[in-house]
Amino acid sequence: MATKVSDGPGAATRRAPFVVELYRSALGKKYVMAITGIVFMGYVLAHMLGNLKLYQGAEEFNEYAEFLRQLLYPILPESATLNILRLVLLLSLVGHVVAAAQLTAMNRKARPERYQGKRDYVVADFAARTMRWTGVIVLLFLVYHLADLTWGWVNPAPEGASVYDKVIASFSVPAISAFYLAANLALGVHLYHGVWSLFQSMGWNNRRFNHWRRTLAIGFTVVVVGGNLSFPIAVLTGIID
Amino acid sequence: MNLTLRVWRQAGPDAPGRFETYQAADISPDSSFLEMLDLVNEGLIEQGEEPIEFMHDCREGICGTCGIMINGQAHGPASQTATCQLHMRTFSDGDELVLEPWRASGFPVLKDLVVDRSAFDHIVEAGGYVTVDTGSAPDANLIPIPKDTADLAMDAAACIGCGACVAACPNGAAQLFTSAKIAHLNSLPQGQAERYQRTESMVDVMEEYFGSCTNMGECEAACPKGISIDFIAMMNKDYRKAKFQNRRSA
Repeated sequence: MATKVSDGPGAATRRAPFVVELYRSALGKKYVMAITGIVFMGYVLAHMLGNLKLYQGAEEFNEYAEFLRQLLYPILPESATLNILRLVLLLSLVGHVVAAAQLTAMNRKARPERYQGKRDYVVADFAARTMRWTGVIVLLFLVYHLADLTWGWVNPAPEGASVYDKVIASFSVPAISAFYLAANLALGVHLYHGVWSLFQSMGWNNRRFNHWRRTLAIGFTVVVVGGNLSFPIAVLTGIID
Repeated sequence: MNLTLRVWRQAGPDAPGRFETYQAADISPDSSFLEMLDLVNEGLIEQGEEPIEFMHDCREGICGTCGIMINGQAHGPASQTATCQLHMRTFSDGDELVLEPWRASGFPVLKDLVVDRSAFDHIVEAGGYVTVDTGSAPDANLIPIPKDTADLAMDAAACIGCGACVAACPNGAAQLFTSAKIAHLNSLPQGQAERYQRTESMVDVMEEYFGSCTNMGECEAACPKGISIDFIAMMNKDYRKAKFQNRRSA
């Protein structure tokens, strides 16, 4: 008799709201992974584009940082829009990480005894097999990144420095720059599989566009990670100071 | 050809297993993989040893009974080839071959290379059927089906249920099997009545036994019938709709 991994999503007796019903299944959790992934895609793209203002100089960059606080002001109070966006990102992060942890636990149970011989993967690439690792690296980096440039706890710049000065101060330390570069490479590997994978999870499959999915994943990854990598390199090489 | 085999031997479901080494001597390159195992087993029987237990039936790649993990690949290194259709010319003289059973919690090992795949039967029981009127047989071709639709359904129906997708999946997930069984009926007019109930029930039972898909595509590469992971995306879409529709009709 086959061992059950779980009682399955059908075991629940009472009908819950649509979203809860869907989330009970692993397929539903994959929808959460994909949808929150799309939120993060929008975020990392906007984040990279905004940071390109580093190349326009301190004034433009600091103005942009201030502009983010003034989004939709005076319709909404100052910083309100920014904080709503932060809340959406925080909720997405919780959803992405919790669903990933639950799915990983399920997958561990589904193969309690590993293959004793060496596996020979045919198409499962490095990115696909290391999603959990690159995800954890990006998460740890995120905590450091916030402590560095949002909260300023570990930033080497003196108290009261402008956003621009904080960025320059951080990236001028080679060790910090190296960590930023490494973390962004991990993000790139994560995006390479994630952007392609979300089409499958969302059930977006059409022979007219299927062959574009990989191109989109590569293009998106190169644009976002390429931009991000350029910032520490530009500071270290003195292109911006 | 002379080959060295490292074969997983396990006396029973709860017995501990281990690799045993055997020599396969004077094997014809034109023999099939299972014929090679038959020869090794004859040698073992002559020596009074227990033969290696493995699964097989039609030996023409259409029944889905056979299945061995050969050198870390489900059904061995040849693409779109079941173990029984794998020929020894795929290998070279002097090769060492590692033979293991499928490993998944949904496929417990019964003995040596034999696993219990009744979890697949439970998935099919949950919705792999269509209801039809009893009484006299309807005329043939009464329901018009476009060629493209028939082809798509046939591509899905090509699944022989061997379990290579689960065996190859790093997560032990049965998405390719389940999605093929669902898509085969969901894409045809005859399958529409139970379309969403079928999808929901079959996925729910699948998740009782197997892991979750991470879209690596290893299943598609291992599948002896070349079933496409496009069917997995179709299943995901129908499952979402099923959950939504049931909610509305509740």
